[in-house]
Amino acid sequence: MATVTLGSDERAWRRFSPAQRTGRFVVYFALVAAVVASLRTIEVIPEFLYDAPEQVADLFGRMWPIAWEHYPRGVHDALLETIHIASLGTLLALLLATPVGILAANRLVPSRPLNWLARLILVASRSVNSLVWALIFVGIFGPGPLAGTLAIAFRSIGFVGKLVGEALDETQPGPIEALRAAGSPWLSVLSFGYWPQIKPAFWSIALFRFDINVRESAVLGLVGAGGIGMALDAALNLFQWDRVALILVALFVVVVAAEVGVTQVRKRVL
Amino acid sequence: MKLAVPYAFPKSRGAHLAFALLAVYVVYAAAQMGVSWERVGAGIDHGSRFLGRMFPPNFTRSELLWKGLAESMQIAVLASALGIVLALPFGLLGARNLMPAWISWPARLVVVLARSFHPVVVAIVFVKAVGFGALAGILALTVASIGFIGKLFTEAIEEVSIKQVEAIRATGAPFASVLAFGVLPQVFARFIGFATYQLDSNLRNSTMVGIVGAGGIGGTLFAAFQRFDYDFVSAILISLIALIMAGELFATAVRRIFIDNATLSELFRPGTRAASAPRLEDD
Repeated sequence: MATVTLGSDERAWRRFSPAQRTGRFVVYFALVAAVVASLRTIEVIPEFLYDAPEQVADLFGRMWPIAWEHYPRGVHDALLETIHIASLGTLLALLLATPVGILAANRLVPSRPLNWLARLILVASRSVNSLVWALIFVGIFGPGPLAGTLAIAFRSIGFVGKLVGEALDETQPGPIEALRAAGSPWLSVLSFGYWPQIKPAFWSIALFRFDINVRESAVLGLVGAGGIGMALDAALNLFQWDRVALILVALFVVVVAAEVGVTQVRKRVL
Repeated sequence: MKLAVPYAFPKSRGAHLAFALLAVYVVYAAAQMGVSWERVGAGIDHGSRFLGRMFPPNFTRSELLWKGLAESMQIAVLASALGIVLALPFGLLGARNLMPAWISWPARLVVVLARSFHPVVVAIVFVKAVGFGALAGILALTVASIGFIGKLFTEAIEEVSIKQVEAIRATGAPFASVLAFGVLPQVFARFIGFATYQLDSNLRNSTMVGIVGAGGIGGTLFAAFQRFDYDFVSAILISLIALIMAGELFATAVRRIFIDNATLSELFRPGTRAASAPRLEDD
């Protein structure tokens, strides 16, 4: 977008037009103003800040030695429950999100009102944090892993549905037109025209979301939705920092293992 | 006689086996959850009562609501600013094509550590370290930002074309100039993508860190839930969704201006397609 600004005598080459520069300036200005305004008005209690080093030293002192012996009794089952929540939640999300993703794809469902309805569902799902979904489902089904699974599933619908819808909209029209020309019914067009084209994207979205959900399901227990978060909450409330440290280490191992596993599956299968 | 019709999409034996294993796992895991029809039935009953009490939303405590929202925004802005500033050096140091292994490995380890915990878990540790309040939230989200931007920035730098870097080096430019003129121009557009994405993500999470006492609207929301003030809960949720959508619009506008070189008036022109949002990402 190079434009030439002709002065009276001198010529200056500029990369952006004045309107583009104004836009950039407005953004920079807004960002600086937001940071300055936040710094001036945020409430930070200085007394807490002065003894932060002491508190950190105290924290590590209490965390060490890590309570390894607590693992078989208090952590192992909760950790498995977290993994179940993540995987079942992801599967449920795939099941629920696929129809919504199909509805959102204009190529498949050429109806603007239906597309907008589907997009509204997707945006609503993404705008509510998984912890809030968990609070809602704990209110409905009571505390436990069921609430956590549903929270993970409902939070993931928006993510999976949006990406599935985009993948559907980006498919090649050739095979689809061929199937239509042969008189295939809608379902056959979907399963033989669209599905083979979006299959790699679909499984890669599923794996990616599973990786995220392992991380997310770890905190749902803080609001009572099951999993390792419940154990973490109990240990925190009793100030058993050596157990907190154990849980954090266990979580770290699981998260890294899930990430490595997902990367390997992606490399080999997709 | 029946002709053998070739099937266009034969399923491999491996795929069949994988699906069978998945089905067995689902049955096993669902059994662990203790899901029963009575529970689901009772839940639907509870659910309708719960939704009934959420409406109409109660906006009478707007001062409390506004204070929480403002604090969440402050946390998000400051954590993004601090996080981006800190993530850039870590991202650069982790790039294996520019740095020797003894620098890149420690930097990558820091980024992996920062990424592996949910911001709310990190917030718990910071609440202990710096006490209740917004500062703990800022620090927790700063860590999350370092993890996310650091990782993507490293990947972006590792993918730059080395030709431009070599061209700048060949002129005898010092390392800082190589970075400024050889590397940064190549990753700038992607950087804007991650940075706006992170701002958006921090805004979402800053509304949640309050659950563990790290400031923002989350504490108010959790307290309202525990006191069964469901009409206030729905008011908070509606404001949260509005705030997050506003954040998303802002992020899209910034991407349009910096990546697509749009002008301000073009932002408001209908029919122009939204700018290239980064694809994957968590939230």
